[in-house]
Amino acid sequence: MIADALEGGFAEAPVQSARAFREILEAMARPGTIRRVQGATPPAPLSIAAGVALLVLTDPTTRLHLAGEADCPAVRDWVAFHIGAPLAKAEDADFAVGPWEALQPVSRFRIGQPDYPDRSATLIVECDRLVNHGPALTGPGIGAATWLNLPETAAFRANRALFPLGFDTLFTAGDRIAGLPRSTRVEAI
Amino acid sequence: MSDLSPQDAYNFAYLDEQTKRMIRRAILKGIAVPGCQVPFASREMPMPYGWGTGGVQVTAACLVPEDRLKVIDQGADDTTNAVSIRRFFQRTAGVATTGATGEATVIQTRHRIPETPLTEGQILVFQVPIPEPLRFLEPRETETRKMHELEEYGLMHVKLYEDVARHGQIATAYAYPVKVEGRYVMDPSPIPKFDNPKLSGSPAIQLFGAGREQRIYALPPWTGVVSLDFDDHPFETSKAPHDCDLCGAKDSYLDEVITDDQGGRMFVCSDTDYCAGRRARGMKGRLWAPEPEGAA
Repeated sequence: MIADALEGGFAEAPVQSARAFREILEAMARPGTIRRVQGATPPAPLSIAAGVALLVLTDPTTRLHLAGEADCPAVRDWVAFHIGAPLAKAEDADFAVGPWEALQPVSRFRIGQPDYPDRSATLIVECDRLVNHGPALTGPGIGAATWLNLPETAAFRANRALFPLGFDTLFTAGDRIAGLPRSTRVEAI
Repeated sequence: MSDLSPQDAYNFAYLDEQTKRMIRRAILKGIAVPGCQVPFASREMPMPYGWGTGGVQVTAACLVPEDRLKVIDQGADDTTNAVSIRRFFQRTAGVATTGATGEATVIQTRHRIPETPLTEGQILVFQVPIPEPLRFLEPRETETRKMHELEEYGLMHVKLYEDVARHGQIATAYAYPVKVEGRYVMDPSPIPKFDNPKLSGSPAIQLFGAGREQRIYALPPWTGVVSLDFDDHPFETSKAPHDCDLCGAKDSYLDEVITDDQGGRMFVCSDTDYCAGRRARGMKGRLWAPEPEGAA
């Protein structure tokens, strides 16, 4: 187990994290578009995309919440070696990773402060698959409309109602990643 | 190790990874709340404040080795600031550079938006001196934060109204305040108000970095950006009422160039790439004369 924890990080961190960040930036700036990332092989049950997002965005200055099946010894060891992010309760977390059911209730996550809305959590939601089919998304970053298979709509509509407060979300499945910032309006279904 | 050149001693794109992660997190939060100023721990850069330290840090956090970087200073590719920053990233990130707007994937700009329309996949990085649009009206950061929180932008309208009362029109010609998606009032950096309409509905990602003031903010693509105005004094763009004397363009923003001490002057495109591109396609302005044969 110890040996496994040492594997699966970036081999060439500066360049690989730069390429991965550009994909994540495009995903977040164009909600609903599905991008591919590579470079990390985190231990199960984390997906490649979730592992890449953690390597690119988290470090010892960000509190990380592991939810549900993501909260296992293999992932904790991997995070400790490659990232060093302190693990935290959902209420205190800057980042959280896990399947949608395990992140519930999402209303516990930080939504920022009225004068500093940026002090909010980013959720990395592990999905089985990502497809451009589902509720319509509109808002900043979206030309006409896009569609994404969200796990549900009510939570994201409630989150949008808090704007400019709210959490931001990355969806990951395999090596695919999509973004849903708090600014996106989600169609009610 | 002795054959390492000095720039090999630096990390890719100069900044260390921890710093880039911090900047990247700020950029993503800025994207999520368009127009909102996100604090970041700005670093000392090997150039003075005012030379684009904020833009350079944002660019460094976004660059990938495959990028083609364009840097402009007031529209020009060949001024000291633009040349220095371009060379800086050539050396520290090994990226290709270009002067052509259409070929660039990342464009760092000081005080202009290129005339050539931007496209999807491009990132425009603005260098910002004072990110807070309310700063000259209210010097206290705690107060301006509260004003953004409460959407209390009356003071800005009073300022524009005083312009109208004194000058008969809104006299603000650059750094003209805008409202983003009906929520945050934002300083578009000191671009001429001629460029303000290009901010709205752009297919490119627009990122703003203020190094000394330690703020990052952003406009995702296709974001609605409205210049503040009044019903009876609507926002109007402005430019010198001339055509470019080199390429004849009627629709580009012009610089006035003094040519002698007899009152002689000419107007030329501020966007050097746009002007050169038009001349290459054979368009000529009033004063254009091709270089004579054999001229150095």
